Amino acid sequence: MAGFLDAVLLQAGYNAALVTIGATLLGIAAGTSGTFLFLRKRALVSDAMAHATLPGIALAFLVMVGFGGDGRNLAGLLLGAGASALIGLYLVDWIVRHTRLAEDAAIGAVLSVFFGFGVVLLTVIQSLDRGRQAGLEDFLLGATAGMLMQDAVLIAVGGALVVALIVILRRPMTLVAFDPGHAAALGLPVGRIDLAMMGLVLAITVIGLTLVGLILIIALLIIPPVTARFWTDRVARMLLIAGCVGGAAGYLGAALSATAPDLPTGPIIVLIAAGLFTLSLFFAPRRGVLAAVLARRRFQARVHWRQGLLSLARAEPIHDPLTLRILRAAGAIRPDGVATDKGRALAAKSLRDERRWDIARAIHQDTALTGRYDGLTPIEEVFTADQIADFDARIGAPQPVGAA
Amino acid sequence: MGAEFVQFSLTPMLIGVLAAIACALPGNFLILRRQALIGDAISHVVLPGIVVAFLVTGTVATMPMLIGAGGAALVAVVLIEAIRRLGRIEPGAAMGVVFTALFAGGVLLLEQSDTSRVHLDVDHALMGNLETLIWLRASGWASVIDPVALAHLPPELPRIAIVAALMAALTVIFWRPLKLATFDEGFARAIGLPVSAIGLALVIAAAVAAVAAFDAVGSIIVIAMFICPPATARLMTDRLATQVWLSLAVAAVSAILGYVLAGYGPIWLGFDSSVSAAGMIATISGVMLAIACLWGRARGRVTPVA
Repeated sequence: MAGFLDAVLLQAGYNAALVTIGATLLGIAAGTSGTFLFLRKRALVSDAMAHATLPGIALAFLVMVGFGGDGRNLAGLLLGAGASALIGLYLVDWIVRHTRLAEDAAIGAVLSVFFGFGVVLLTVIQSLDRGRQAGLEDFLLGATAGMLMQDAVLIAVGGALVVALIVILRRPMTLVAFDPGHAAALGLPVGRIDLAMMGLVLAITVIGLTLVGLILIIALLIIPPVTARFWTDRVARMLLIAGCVGGAAGYLGAALSATAPDLPTGPIIVLIAAGLFTLSLFFAPRRGVLAAVLARRRFQARVHWRQGLLSLARAEPIHDPLTLRILRAAGAIRPDGVATDKGRALAAKSLRDERRWDIARAIHQDTALTGRYDGLTPIEEVFTADQIADFDARIGAPQPVGAA
Repeated sequence: MGAEFVQFSLTPMLIGVLAAIACALPGNFLILRRQALIGDAISHVVLPGIVVAFLVTGTVATMPMLIGAGGAALVAVVLIEAIRRLGRIEPGAAMGVVFTALFAGGVLLLEQSDTSRVHLDVDHALMGNLETLIWLRASGWASVIDPVALAHLPPELPRIAIVAALMAALTVIFWRPLKLATFDEGFARAIGLPVSAIGLALVIAAAVAAVAAFDAVGSIIVIAMFICPPATARLMTDRLATQVWLSLAVAAVSAILGYVLAGYGPIWLGFDSSVSAAGMIATISGVMLAIACLWGRARGRVTPVA
C-alpha cells in the first residue's frame, strides 16, 4: 500500500514518475480524441490502425539492424509503427470507397492481414541471431518495466504534445464530429479536420504501443467516450469527462502497475477504465441502468395511480395488488379498500380531468396540445385556467361520485 | 511427397484448411450482415475463457479449455448486446468496450497465476501452433488407411473436422432462412421467420467455429478467415451460393499456400528456418483479397452485366 501511495505521489522513482505522467497525458489525449472518433462512429477504425503497426515495428527493426544498429531504438520503431498504421488506415478508406465492402469488413481484413504479416516478420526476426533479445513482443501488450529513461521521456513529451494539439483543435473537431454537414456549410475544411483527427489517433496509438500495447490501445480510445456518453448529452462536457476518465485510468493504472511486477501496465489501465465504465453503466443519472429502472417504476406507479383513481370514481372493484398498495400508501383508500374522503376527492378530480380532456380533444384542432393526452400529463400543464373553465362550463356542475 | 510429407505437413495442412473453411462459412453471412467484427471480438475473449478454465480445473486439458472459451464467447455476445441496449451505444463501440476489457482481464489473470509450467501464454493464443500438429506415427501414405496410425492423429484434426462439417450442415439446412434474414430482414419477419433468433444462432455458430479453430491455429487465422475469403468472394460474384463456394476455395487455397510458403519459402530463399504458418496464411488471404479488390468482377457497388 505504501508502494502504491509512493507511485501515486510520483515518488516511486524518476522513470516510474515519467511513465505515470505519460500514461495520464496519453489517457487524457486518448479519451478526448476517442470522443471525436466515437461521434464519427469510427471507433473500430482505430483497432485496424493499432494492429497494422506490427509489421511496421518489425520492418523498422530489420532496417535498423540492417544498418548495423541494435534495432532497439524506440523512436525508430515507433516511426515504423506510425508509417504502417497510416498505410493500414489508407487501405481501410480505400476499400470502403472503391469496393462494395462495408467498413467493418475492411477493418477486419486490414487488421488480420497486417497483424498476420507482422507475425511472419516477428518469426523472421526470431530466427536472426541478433533478434533473439529484441523484445518486440512487448509491443503486443505494452511493457513499462525496464523501460529506458529516454523512452519514458519520449512518452511524456509525446503525450503532452498530443494533449496540446487537441486543446488547439478542439473547436473545429467538435463541429465536424457532431455535424459534418453543418461544419462544411460554415466553410470549415472537413476533409482536413478529419485527417487531423485521424492523425491524432495515430499519434496516440503509436505512443500507446509502449504503455498499453497494440491489442489494448483501442480500449483507451473507446471506453472513456462511451463512459462519458452516460453522463451528458453535450459534446463539450463529453470531451471533458472522457478526458478525465482516460486520464484517471492512465494515472491510476500506471501507478498501480509500478507497485508490483506481476501487474502489467496495459491491462491494469484498461481494467480501471472498464471499471469506471461499469459504474457509469449502472449508476449514471438518466442514462444509467439504475436510473432507467427507477424511471420505469415511477411511470408504472403513475399509471396504476391514475387507473386506481378512475376505478374509485366509477365505483369499480380494484383487484390489482400494486394499484391497491399505491392507493393505500397515498391515503386514498383505507386498509380495507374503502375510499377515504381524500381518495374520493382525488378520484372525482381525475374523472373530471378525463371529461375535460374529452371536451378538449373534441373542440381543439391543435394536435400539438391535444396530442399531449397520454392519461398521465395533468391537464393544467397543457391548457390555461381560462380554457379549463371553458371545458368545465361545457361539462356542467360537479357530480358527487363514490357515494352510495 | 513421401513419408515425411505425411508425417509433418499433411495434418497441419488439413487442420489449416478445415479451420479456414469452418470460419469462412459463417463469415459469409457475417460480412453481408455487417457483423464482420464479431469474429474479431470473439477471438479476443477466447483468452480470458481459457485462462479461467485453467484456473478452475488446474489443467490444460482440451475440453475444459474449449468450454471456457465457448462460455467466454457467449458472455461477450450477451454483454455486447446488453450494453448496446441498456446504454443505447452503437454496436461497434459496445463491442470495443467488451472485448478489450475481457482481454485485459485475461492477460491480468494470466500474469497473476502461476502458468509458467504450462504452455499457456498470449503469444500462443494469438499465433497458434499449427506447425506442431504433426502425425509422428504415420510412416507414409499407407498410414491413411492404417487404423493404428490413425488412432494417433493429432486430436485437433477430428475436432476441427467435426466443427467444419457442422458448419457445412448448418449452412445447408438453414440456407433459405439465413439468406432471407440476411438480405431482407423485413420480408423474413413478415413471413414469420424468427429473425432475431437466426441472428443470435449465427453469432453462436461463429463462436463455435472460432473456438474450435482457435484451439488449433490461433486467433490470427480465425479473424482473417472470418473476413478475407468471404470478402474476396463477395467482390467476385453477386450470387450468394457462388460466393459461399468461392469463399471456401479462397480459404482452402490460403491455408495450403500459406502453410507451404511458411514452411518451405524461407528454405527456397536460402534461410534455414521457417516462419509463422498462421501469419503466412493470413497474409496470403490478404493478398487474394487485394487482387479481388483491384480486379474482382463485382468489386464495385453496381455489378456490370456480363
